[in-house]
Amino acid sequence: MAEIEKDAVSGRDTTGHEWDGIKELNTPLPRWWLYTFYVSIIWSIGYWVVYPAWPTLSDYTKGVIGYSSRGELASELEARDKSRTVWTDKFAALPIEDISKDSELLNYAMAGGRAIFAENCAPCHGASGSGIGSYPVLADDDWIWGGAVGDIYTTVNYGIRSTHNDTRLGEMPNFADEGMLGKEQVSDVAEYVLSLSGGASDNASAGRGAEIFATECASCHGENGEGVPSMGAPRLSDGIWLYGKTKQNIVSQISTPKHGVMPAWVDRLDDVSIKQVSVYVHSLGGGQ
Amino acid sequence: MQSLLERNVILLSIAILVTVSIGGLVQIVPLYTIENTIEKVDGMRPYTPLEQAGRNIYIREGCYLCHSQMIRPFRDEAERYGHYSLAAESMYDHPFQWGSKRTGPDLARVGGKYSNEWHTEHLIDPRAVVPESIMPGYPFMATTPLNFDDAGEHLKTLRAVGVPYSDDQIANALADLKTQATGENGDGDVEGLKNRYPNVPLGDFDGNPDQLTEMDALVAYLQMLGTLVDFSSVDAKSIER
Repeated sequence: MAEIEKDAVSGRDTTGHEWDGIKELNTPLPRWWLYTFYVSIIWSIGYWVVYPAWPTLSDYTKGVIGYSSRGELASELEARDKSRTVWTDKFAALPIEDISKDSELLNYAMAGGRAIFAENCAPCHGASGSGIGSYPVLADDDWIWGGAVGDIYTTVNYGIRSTHNDTRLGEMPNFADEGMLGKEQVSDVAEYVLSLSGGASDNASAGRGAEIFATECASCHGENGEGVPSMGAPRLSDGIWLYGKTKQNIVSQISTPKHGVMPAWVDRLDDVSIKQVSVYVHSLGGGQ
Repeated sequence: MQSLLERNVILLSIAILVTVSIGGLVQIVPLYTIENTIEKVDGMRPYTPLEQAGRNIYIREGCYLCHSQMIRPFRDEAERYGHYSLAAESMYDHPFQWGSKRTGPDLARVGGKYSNEWHTEHLIDPRAVVPESIMPGYPFMATTPLNFDDAGEHLKTLRAVGVPYSDDQIANALADLKTQATGENGDGDVEGLKNRYPNVPLGDFDGNPDQLTEMDALVAYLQMLGTLVDFSSVDAKSIER
């Protein structure tokens, strides 16, 4: 250990460390840096006073301005809701059927509904309701549970075969599994169902199927397969198919039917949002 | 002072002790106030054995690398995902799935948002339902039988780290797991399951009733995320932090 000495060139002391004749200067931190550091420490004490900072035994110090990030969000959302009351009050007050009569409300519902649809509905029903696989197209005029805006509103609220108690519930029986129809009969009915939209290839078989259809299927799907929206029995005469248009698809839907599920949104979205998205869906193309 | 501490080993030791203690206290003391941190809300329950199995698959596949399970208290998140996440909602999570890196959307409240069928199709091939998705497909889960023999052991292990599983829940773990995946159509003790785990989603989750697959477990887990707390009964002021 060398002695601490004054360096002639810089005028500073050395640290007393020396390696092979090289000595270390004891240069202090720049003043501006040091003072900034001290000021930050003082500033942080101010923070402790103003903002929540220290845990206590049963709580924490709240700070003099009482800030909380959750409280800030609550007031932000409150301000948002307040700024929208001009419209949302009307949405809440008007029955769903009357909203589109007011062009200002319609515009508002279209803009809001589009955003709500994109986040919540598009994953199944596709962008702009174009439909994906076995999730129905919402942009045509074929409605399983009814296409009036009130029907759409009910469907969005409570879902289809959802876990909600008021859900829309319709079930096609397993005609083959439950032994109600034989293989031949299923094939005949399928042929008849195809004939309703002009797609049959075997008229004799379709003729036999017509009789079975009248006794087994017409009670839900209607005498001419026009569908009964109140039971969720789809129209069969329009050439629009949810589970495929081939005879094979139809046979499998008669013998081991698939049932889609739509969640209930009543607990997830507020009523004004559901009204907006219902009006939006109604406008997509085929609202009744 | 620097040179004094550097030259005196006793003083140096004391100074080290003080510094390390401060660091320790800052990290350890808040753990004793955790009771105040966790909001007192109704509805939280430990995961069912099937959900826990799904959760293990979720972690195994690294879902957390792209999906967080933490809705932060910001307006944009509240509008997209729903109510911000509470500490209480992840109090039974070991390990928790919080995060801020979201390549995919937050999943804290994905439960009940889509149908089981959608989840299954989406996990097999995400692009089949969401054309612009960049998520990888997990088609093997639909065909891989779930390894569930150790369901009870998982619950026991979790109890050891503080999840309040009862003896009843542990004893029935295997049966509960199967019952949840068959639902009302099976011959399992559905009432017992519902008593042990309120608000349990039931059913054949992957659309294939013949086999209990990893898909069943994962979809069961996804379908309960964020669904347990009924926010209409929560006093908003009491959970403000």
